[in-house]
Amino acid sequence: MGEKILMKGNEVIAEAALRAGCRHYFGYPITPQTEVAHYMARKMEEIGGTFVQAESEVAAINMVYGAASAGVRAMTSSSSPGISLKQEGISYAAGAELPIVVIDIVRAGPGLGGILPAQCDYFQMVKGGGHGDYHNIVLAPQGVQEMYELVVDAFNLADKYRNPVVVMGDGYMGQMMEAVEFRDVEKIERPEKPWAACGSEMKREHNTITSIYIDPDVLEAHVNHMYEKYKVIEQNEARVDVQNCDGADVIVAAYGTCARVTKNVIKDAAKLGIKVGLIRPITLWPFPKQAFEKYATTPKGFLTVEMSMGQMIEDVRLALNGKNTVEFYGRTGGNVPAQKAILEKVIKIARGEGGND
Amino acid sequence: MSIVFQRPHALIDKPLHYCPGCTHGIIHRLVAEVLDELGIEGTTVGVASVGCTYNSYEYFNCDMVQAAHGRAPAVATGIRRSLPDRTVFTYQGDGDLAAIGTAEIVHAATRGEKITTIFVNNAIYGMTSGQMAPTTLIGQVTTTTPFGRKPELHGYPVRVCEMLSTLEGAVYVERVAVNNVQNIRKAKAAIKRAFQVQQAGLGFSIVEVLSICPTNWGLSPEKALEWLGENMIEHYPLGNYKNVVLPSDKPASKE
Amino acid sequence: MDNQIIFAGFGGQGILSMGRFIAHAGLHEGKHVSWLPSYGPEMRGGTANCNVIVSDEEVGSPIISEATALVVMNQPSLEKFEANVAPGGVIVLDSDLVPVRPARTDVRVFAIPATKMAYEMGNATFAGVILLGKLISETGVVKFESFEAALRGILKPKKHYLIPEEMKALKAGADF
Repeated sequence: MGEKILMKGNEVIAEAALRAGCRHYFGYPITPQTEVAHYMARKMEEIGGTFVQAESEVAAINMVYGAASAGVRAMTSSSSPGISLKQEGISYAAGAELPIVVIDIVRAGPGLGGILPAQCDYFQMVKGGGHGDYHNIVLAPQGVQEMYELVVDAFNLADKYRNPVVVMGDGYMGQMMEAVEFRDVEKIERPEKPWAACGSEMKREHNTITSIYIDPDVLEAHVNHMYEKYKVIEQNEARVDVQNCDGADVIVAAYGTCARVTKNVIKDAAKLGIKVGLIRPITLWPFPKQAFEKYATTPKGFLTVEMSMGQMIEDVRLALNGKNTVEFYGRTGGNVPAQKAILEKVIKIARGEGGND
Repeated sequence: MSIVFQRPHALIDKPLHYCPGCTHGIIHRLVAEVLDELGIEGTTVGVASVGCTYNSYEYFNCDMVQAAHGRAPAVATGIRRSLPDRTVFTYQGDGDLAAIGTAEIVHAATRGEKITTIFVNNAIYGMTSGQMAPTTLIGQVTTTTPFGRKPELHGYPVRVCEMLSTLEGAVYVERVAVNNVQNIRKAKAAIKRAFQVQQAGLGFSIVEVLSICPTNWGLSPEKALEWLGENMIEHYPLGNYKNVVLPSDKPASKE
Repeated sequence: MDNQIIFAGFGGQGILSMGRFIAHAGLHEGKHVSWLPSYGPEMRGGTANCNVIVSDEEVGSPIISEATALVVMNQPSLEKFEANVAPGGVIVLDSDLVPVRPARTDVRVFAIPATKMAYEMGNATFAGVILLGKLISETGVVKFESFEAALRGILKPKKHYLIPEEMKALKAGADF
């Protein structure tokens, strides 16, 4: 057991990446994730790694593309407007099957929006965001300790599946400090990368990293191959935290900060004799459908709580497939759903007085 | 009998997809000859861009990475920073480098990234069928300047070498042309020196190659070569814009 | 024991650091802690605040809906957060900076002339620590020794000479 240290989520992201063997970071400043770059700038110089403050988010993601092509572990981090700019590069990396790690510390949008926390990037990260048929693996930490573990996992998953992995936390996940213990670093998996474009040494055929396939049949075969891979990821990598759901009157679906607030609601509701369960997807893609299927018919209703106008709710509804009602409570613009407001909504559903306003 | 001329090993034995008369084939060959002569095919990673040469990875025998439109210098930065003992080059056209990728080339140059850029300037977008490029000459007819490029409507052609040579990080900047044998020889020498500058770890190097596009210029290959000599060189003067001393220069500089 | 403390004041008063010291001290005691800062545009020049939770149990929401204590160093912050304090909770304020007292009668209010005391001690930056002294003595959120350990952990070694003075300021606040 290691020592517990009080650290900011953003700093933990950087430290986790370093511990996962990432020596190549390319970034561009944007609130509320900039501490990642600060930490990397200092540490990479100390340990002889690469830190480049790129000229733009576009350049940063393409530097990651280059570094990943060369076979090293590489990462970039940003927040919502910057992520929009990176989407081109993420699509290319998905198409070229490159293991890259992208951190999105989400702020409120659309447009320049605000700098306060939000979850309104769910669609752009989970449903694509860039062009073409592809999926990112998307991990959603609920606190600083899990941030560490998921960032390490992100590098492992990226290499394992040759796929972009996104760690998505709302602004509070980056800004808040909690205790973290840097445990289990020995679990880091480093597969060989015989496909990397790192110089053939004239010992093999030349390697090519590309996402362009002009022949429609060849491109279709390539996309089919990617979707075979996605099937395996969906079977093996869906993760979820299920709490208090057996016999629950109401089940709340929430991730990140909203899940944390919901944990308080569970206690508040218990005092009123209402049993509230929580299904917290840890992987937003693959979405943990099985947990929803398991509890689909047992509560009086489901409630999805988000810091958005309702994005994850679409996946909750798909997972439940009409077997139960799904109501929504969300705040946006940088506001966080209040404990009391969620409780009121839960009480209504428990009393059979639900119904979206 | 001894062999006096053959395909460079760094160029794959495969028919090129370029239009008849296109000079990309010549430039590919020059790059491949340099990789052979320097013995660096196995330690080089090339970056293909977007445009007619999007699939140059099918022709170069070294490891290749295909980049998004304009992003080749950023991709090359990522590769070179990850593989400090390798040689990395980008092969980009004028739309890719001087329009959509202006930020990437300027910042790779000013950071002094140890990469080599082969910048093929044929004053037009070839792949997308003949639109105005940032390097299209005043008066030149393209599909998006059907009445000729007019400064008041379309601005002025960009001189990349002149612009980049003001940056400290860009240490070797030269413009060449492939319109005749003499110029092709000079082009080869410049490309070789650009790679040597990178190998010596001196900074960013770029060779701009004035090239032709017979198809979209609407000229025969012969006429196109003439047009390059008569029109392009006047606006884009050939020669060295920035140089740096190489270790191998020393004997010559004693005089 | 579940301590949910809001620290609020102007940016530059060390509000975020005050919260950090308490969170560190809590961690030193093996408690569950969280520290959540305001990072809005108000950080520069305007109001700054942070939510600190020190608990025997795992921290649920890091966002405080009902505070067990409020430490304030300007009037707007008192007005903004006064209503968030639970009945029976504690408000510690710097009476030199907060001229108008809380309207609440169901909370325990401690008004301390911390700025003046700090000047008298020869270091204006001690005002926050003086307030923390009262917070600790009234709520027992952490032990004094843990606070000292937190200072050692956070302050750079070249600043460690300040620790005895800081502890003196802490005690002065507690004893006021």
